[in-house]
Amino acid sequence: MESDKIRLKIASPYREVLDVEVDEVVAPGEGGQFGVLPGHTPFLATIGVGQLAYRQGNQLKYVAVAHGYAEVEYHQVIVLLDAAELSDEIDVDRAERARQRAEGRLAEISPEDKDYVVELAALDRAMNRISVAKI
Amino acid sequence: MANLKDIRKRINSVKSTQQITKAMQMVAASKLKKAQDSVVQARPYASKMSDVLASLAVRVKPGKHPLLERREEKKVELLVITSDRGLCGGYNGNVIKAADSFLKTRGAGGETALLSVIGRKARDYYRRRNWEFQTEELNPGTTSFAQAEVVAQAIIDRYVAGETDAVYVAYTDFQSAMTQTVQIKRLLPVEPKALAEDEFPVEYLYEPSEEALLTDIIPRYVATQIFRMLLESIASEHGSRMTAMDSATKNANEMTDKLTLLYNRARQAAITTELMEIVSGAEALN
Repeated sequence: MESDKIRLKIASPYREVLDVEVDEVVAPGEGGQFGVLPGHTPFLATIGVGQLAYRQGNQLKYVAVAHGYAEVEYHQVIVLLDAAELSDEIDVDRAERARQRAEGRLAEISPEDKDYVVELAALDRAMNRISVAKI
Repeated sequence: MANLKDIRKRINSVKSTQQITKAMQMVAASKLKKAQDSVVQARPYASKMSDVLASLAVRVKPGKHPLLERREEKKVELLVITSDRGLCGGYNGNVIKAADSFLKTRGAGGETALLSVIGRKARDYYRRRNWEFQTEELNPGTTSFAQAEVVAQAIIDRYVAGETDAVYVAYTDFQSAMTQTVQIKRLLPVEPKALAEDEFPVEYLYEPSEEALLTDIIPRYVATQIFRMLLESIASEHGSRMTAMDSATKNANEMTDKLTLLYNRARQAAITTELMEIVSGAEALN
């Protein structure tokens, strides 16, 4: 193999979040977490809500992600996401407010309400961002 | 002397108009900068998305997904994207003109044309002409991907239900602050980018299955397209407003110059008349 690095690109509809060389990527696929090392077989998977981790040398970094796709090629991982935030970019206060808002609404509506799922997903994302920020 | 006062009034009014156009130009310039940035920022996602779709679509049999399937275009939907606010030169007029001729040619061939609008200008224009809208949204200039997704979903639902056979979008493509061109592009059925001659589709592992991925990716691709077109349109709106306001400011400048000249002449004439009167009065006394 000509290179032992992976190029990791993360993009959301609003911007390109990340474009770096890394040694390893661990992504939260919807069918379960998967790790990517250089030379991985081409692979296309959906990504759920969770933390995407990448390693540069012995430094581990985290990104809070939500819904999208990862396209893995031998030396490249491209992740397209609805939302992605680097751990040091996350505004914890805002995430906390989002969590409280979602919790408040969930307490008000019944589980049969069609908004229940929406709010549950919002809560999920807020909790995810808080947990990534605290790593 | 009333004439002098009138001219002074005109000068003042032109000057205050100029202040407004100047301010609008500056606001438009800074908004354009922002809008342009978001167009550029959104590009990697959009282009990667069409790559993924292209590589996926070559390996899936046509007809696997309703949104890839081509039908005879009997019922055509047109989505017109304009702005909410005016004072931006020919921006909205151009989109509407293109949309009108599209509707006319399509309508003439015995096809049914349906209409959706984003933006107050298009809505008002077509409402006056008694059109009914499939989707009707405002365009406040702060686009969110969520809004694009909502519009996309409605359009997809109609397509899948067979209410439409093809969907086109009339929007303004942003090339630079000076040039924007109105475009009418087909949104549905989705036509994946063809692979280049020397490109080979890579064999992928899929998780979940190809079909599941495709069903998931296509609606998102459509939303991405709409999102991109909205961003382009918004950038064009600001670019167009900036140019329009720039020329308005210049015109106002010219006008003040002309009026000032006129004013000075009138003033001079008044002084001359007054002097003549004094001189002839003094002469009469002698």
